[in-house]
Amino acid sequence: MSVKASILAVLTMGACHGYQLRQEIESRTGGTWNINVGQIYTTLDRLERDGLVESNLTNVDGQTTYRITKLGREEAEAWLTNPLTTGPETKNELANKLALAVTIPGLDIAELIHRQRVQTMQALQGLTKAKRESNLDDPNEIPWLLIADLNIFNCEAELRWLEHIEGTLAKSAARDLNPSQDLLAPAKRGRPARQEN
Amino acid sequence: MTAEVLIELIDVQKTYGNGENEVHALRGASLQVRAGELIAIMGASGSGKSTLLTIAGGLEVPTSGDVRINDHSLPTLRQKELARLRRQTIGYVFQDFNLIPSLTVVENVALPLELDGMNARNARRAATDSLESMGISDLAKRFPDEISGGQRQRVAIARSFVGPRRVLLADEPTGALDSKTSESVIRAMRKRIDGGLAGILVTHDAKLAAWADRILVIRDGQIVDELKTELRPEQFGAN
Ligand SMILES: Nc1ncnc2c1ncn2[C@@H]1O[C@H](COP(=O)(O)OP(=O)(O)O)[C@@H](O)[C@H]1O
Ligand SMILES: [Mg+2]
Repeated sequence: MSVKASILAVLTMGACHGYQLRQEIESRTGGTWNINVGQIYTTLDRLERDGLVESNLTNVDGQTTYRITKLGREEAEAWLTNPLTTGPETKNELANKLALAVTIPGLDIAELIHRQRVQTMQALQGLTKAKRESNLDDPNEIPWLLIADLNIFNCEAELRWLEHIEGTLAKSAARDLNPSQDLLAPAKRGRPARQEN
Repeated sequence: MTAEVLIELIDVQKTYGNGENEVHALRGASLQVRAGELIAIMGASGSGKSTLLTIAGGLEVPTSGDVRINDHSLPTLRQKELARLRRQTIGYVFQDFNLIPSLTVVENVALPLELDGMNARNARRAATDSLESMGISDLAKRFPDEISGGQRQRVAIARSFVGPRRVLLADEPTGALDSKTSESVIRAMRKRIDGGLAGILVTHDAKLAAWADRILVIRDGQIVDELKTELRPEQFGAN
């Protein structure tokens, strides 16, 4: 989910080659996420099949350029702006999404974080309610309780993280740093350009 | 039938100091809490959470607006009536516990009942029950300086539960407790509240706030956000 959505998110800012997409995603998630390029291409094939991107073989050195379709753009915007439902599977997805989101011009990050906090708090309330109704003395409920507790602690950690980064972003906005990045220059196939700092 | 409103703040403002030192701790806060309902208040430090609670508990007077507890408007009560309402109706857990050092644990918990004219034996029995519900009946005969911070905190909570209270106000009641003890405390609070009390819980801990029916977020003296869980039909009737 994350790879597909991240590709679409980058493509909302302009057409890219496969290698360039990999580079963009890597640099926009702080270099913490290494996607293998094969995965990028298989995902692009699926996106094309589903009508979310279109490709054309353009320039001289025979690279394929991918462009987002109207449908693809709608999907990217939905992913970026709607809160995620918290669970062990979405932990990295949320981090990747927010990291990407701060590099995309025109997104209301504060609103996005706020909506995510509401969503995560509601997930936490749901788990707590289920726990409240459980019988602590019933040994059959123990396995479920252990998992529920892990999810509860994860929700709490996520809420603290969201509150913390809200502060970080508010400060960076106050210093008038605009973290939005333009797309990097297209890289040559097979040799992604090194990031300069 | 909808449960009765036991706590109501209507457009409450609270200003401390004046002139250059003026602080607007609350800027028009309104809320209602019904019997059987627990609400949590969250917000950054200095946002006005404790002020809201002390006003709801009749410990501070609002600069303007009304506070109604169990159908009494606190700003209109005479000192003596207010003191009685506080003793009989409101259980309050302070951020710093407020235990009396020269009294034992069980005497501390029994004190509000004795002040109210209950005989010592019955008061002590009720206090022992309350300590039991906090899992600390073994501490009954110790003095506050002979127990740990976490234990003192549970004694303060036991005191807020004791007797026929209708309203429970708790300011960071689990601040010094580990997460397992916090959970048993909130479980006990929730159980008392399910029995028909109205409660307000101020907390930083989202895990605790999640036990509430609603979560209010306060910022700069204003309630800026509200989260709701679905109302439990068994408590709120079919309305
Ligand atoms: N007795 C007081 N005198 C003057 N200012 C106060 C008093 N109590 C609280 N304040 C101020 O009112 C604001 C809200 O405080 P408080 O309600 O204690 O916040 P919180 O409990 O959310 O941390 C703060 O700016 C605080 O400094
Ligand atoms: Mg406080």
